[in-house]
Amino acid sequence: MISQNHMTQKHNNHLDQLESEAIFIFREAVEQFENPVLLFSGGKDSITLVHLAHKAFYPAKIPFSLLHIDTGHNFTETLDFRDELVKKYGVDLEVGYVQDLIDRGVVQEEKGINPSRNGLQSATLLEKLSQKKYDAAFGGGRRDEEKARAKERFFSHRDEFGQWDPKNQRPEVWNLFNGKKAPGESFRVFPISNLTETDVWEYIQREKIDLPSLYFAHERSVVERDGTLLAESSYNTLLPGESYEKRRIRYRTLGCVTITGAVESDADTIDKVIEEVRSSKVTERGTRADDARSEVAMEERKKQGYF
Amino acid sequence: MKQKEYIEPSPVRHTGTESAIAAQAPHYKKTHQVDLLRFITAGSVDDGKSTLIGRLMYDTKSIFEDQLKAIEASSKKRGDAQVDLALLTDGLKAEREQGITIDVAYRYFSTPNRKFIMADTPGHIEYTRNMFTGASTADAVIILIDARHGVIEQTRRHTFIATLLGIRHIIVAINKMDLVDFDQKIFEKIKEEYQTLIASTLSGSTSKNKHELHFIPISALRGDNVVDISKHTPWYKGDTILETLENVDVHSGVNVNQHSLAADANPVSLGRFPVQRVIRPQSAEFPDFRGYAGRVEGGVFRPGDSVVIFPSDQKTRIDKIYKYKNEPTEAVSSDSIVMTLVDDIDISRGDMIVQDYLQKSARQPIHQIHQPIHQYAYQSLPQVSNELNVLVNWFSATNLQIDRLYILRHTTLETKAVVKSIEYKIDIQTLTPIHTMENRVGTDIDVKIGKNDIARIQIKTAKPLYFDLFSQNKVTGSILLIDSYTNETVAAGVVV
Repeated sequence: MISQNHMTQKHNNHLDQLESEAIFIFREAVEQFENPVLLFSGGKDSITLVHLAHKAFYPAKIPFSLLHIDTGHNFTETLDFRDELVKKYGVDLEVGYVQDLIDRGVVQEEKGINPSRNGLQSATLLEKLSQKKYDAAFGGGRRDEEKARAKERFFSHRDEFGQWDPKNQRPEVWNLFNGKKAPGESFRVFPISNLTETDVWEYIQREKIDLPSLYFAHERSVVERDGTLLAESSYNTLLPGESYEKRRIRYRTLGCVTITGAVESDADTIDKVIEEVRSSKVTERGTRADDARSEVAMEERKKQGYF
Repeated sequence: MKQKEYIEPSPVRHTGTESAIAAQAPHYKKTHQVDLLRFITAGSVDDGKSTLIGRLMYDTKSIFEDQLKAIEASSKKRGDAQVDLALLTDGLKAEREQGITIDVAYRYFSTPNRKFIMADTPGHIEYTRNMFTGASTADAVIILIDARHGVIEQTRRHTFIATLLGIRHIIVAINKMDLVDFDQKIFEKIKEEYQTLIASTLSGSTSKNKHELHFIPISALRGDNVVDISKHTPWYKGDTILETLENVDVHSGVNVNQHSLAADANPVSLGRFPVQRVIRPQSAEFPDFRGYAGRVEGGVFRPGDSVVIFPSDQKTRIDKIYKYKNEPTEAVSSDSIVMTLVDDIDISRGDMIVQDYLQKSARQPIHQIHQPIHQYAYQSLPQVSNELNVLVNWFSATNLQIDRLYILRHTTLETKAVVKSIEYKIDIQTLTPIHTMENRVGTDIDVKIGKNDIARIQIKTAKPLYFDLFSQNKVTGSILLIDSYTNETVAAGVVV
């Protein structure tokens, strides 16, 4: 039945350990919560998360649905990839549409040339969680992403309003997790907390996980604004004097097409991407236009003939 | 670059992960296997902890330019004359400004052969629980001592927690050597003081764990013996901080017993497999598959091994071990696997599959196994009891309450529990026990167990637990207490 593969296992390699930890977290959460769901953004971290969930429960199917909070400002590649992935793993997909909440007047869209719907995602997510009575949501957050995340727990408690109270986090000692909660409260669970960006890429390489083509170098029509390369899209507006131009780029993170900046790159294979990530001088969130971004970093990279 | 004002970069800057570190460390392991070390830093800002962390991250190229920019901006905003690398490690801006509870933060850096997960915890007395939390998963601890002050109370507390939690490698970093002219005599004197301290800590504690001590004279600010060997300490022949972190044994943290016993060539190791979840696909492809998912928490499991199921006491053998679609010939500590058994036995979450080394000899029924500790040390099976002695670190702001209903978590098992008695509380200043008058609750009410306290208590559980001493197995020898009304995690403890 299960394929006879008597490969020699490499023990205690860092990726084995991080994988084992993530699988342990998945299994623990599924046992401790009634109705968990996996937040699927379409990015590499959540794709990795789905792969790990698959491994955690095999040969049974992933015992929860994926939930995608759709801002409407997507790269088309992301949606195509999502639908393929759902088919491949045989999981159910739930979609919460930000546009729905905007239409109903529950939330209001930002003004401006490149409106970000990031802030509106939370409201959509919370509505979906309460509608479907999800009491735990797996997320692909990692502690190396930013300062606040460095203090996040694997099992992160949220009050009735979905709020995180950093002052009142439950201590996580050894591998004993406390998922107890009052009605209405929920948890966010982060199985890949301890993976760094490099770890994720090395894991993707080792496991041969498919990713959307956006992560690899390709020609795209972009506009450079404040050191950030924004893709041509019907959701973006050019400022006076700006114009789109073809550049060879790739994405380090994926979010709304309105705010996700590309990096100039020739890394069109996973090996090249890993090489690039290892020698990168900025954090991956540095490519987000809504995060403060250092011009010097870009300048420095160009000086070094950065791709 | 700006940061030079505060922290002087090492002479050789690394240009990538394939960095110059390897070239600088001749004894560097030449292997492609990258492993993982979890460690904790203990010490206050005054000891130079933040500077040390900043330097380790800076010199291993783990600080990015946008992060550096952000720190520069923060320093400027606060009116600092210099860029303060400590800001990188000191967490949320709001946290610093509002003075809210400082917590454990996890940081990551790597060298070509090893990845590091560092638990960065504040060292003040009121944060004992944070060090306890961070230290619980650590293979190594760096204890910082200010060369000008030597061993102080805080050093004693950190050492106490490190030994309580059985951290194998204790790296004593004697810092600010530049302020004492890199005087070898001062280093040796502090080293001696510390050896006396740890001897007294160990003799007074129940810890049977072996600790390996590493003493390193450093200047975190100037970088001496942190990443590179210092020119100022020609009398010091040992490794730098980073070299030590790169070379210590990483397998000690998972299950002390497995390795210490292996080292002693003792054939007995504690094979423990707490069942997390039963995997039953009930699909057309796998109609009859019934596997037990969990993580190996001690010993080595192989197909064909005899096992005994706790608490049902049934015996069977392992059929197959799966890691996803692979069928490895063995599974070792910390491996998440799925196991199938030869016989159809009713097993659920919270049960434990245990190596049955004694299957050939006449084995007592497990419920009769209540041996004194010295005999038990040669046993390979867990103890079974619904009463246990635990050294707890109290986390909650609400004091321990006798008779209050708590929920106890032990591996994947959960049960109701009450605290029957408080034997003593550790005076965190002197590290000596404050005994209750008769070790009985009710007759003595002066000993209160509150936030950050460490106490030895006796717990009674609704279901029997199958456990090992913490000194023998960190996973099967540790527990969590949860308040059954507020759901708060109120304490963690080690079985003694």
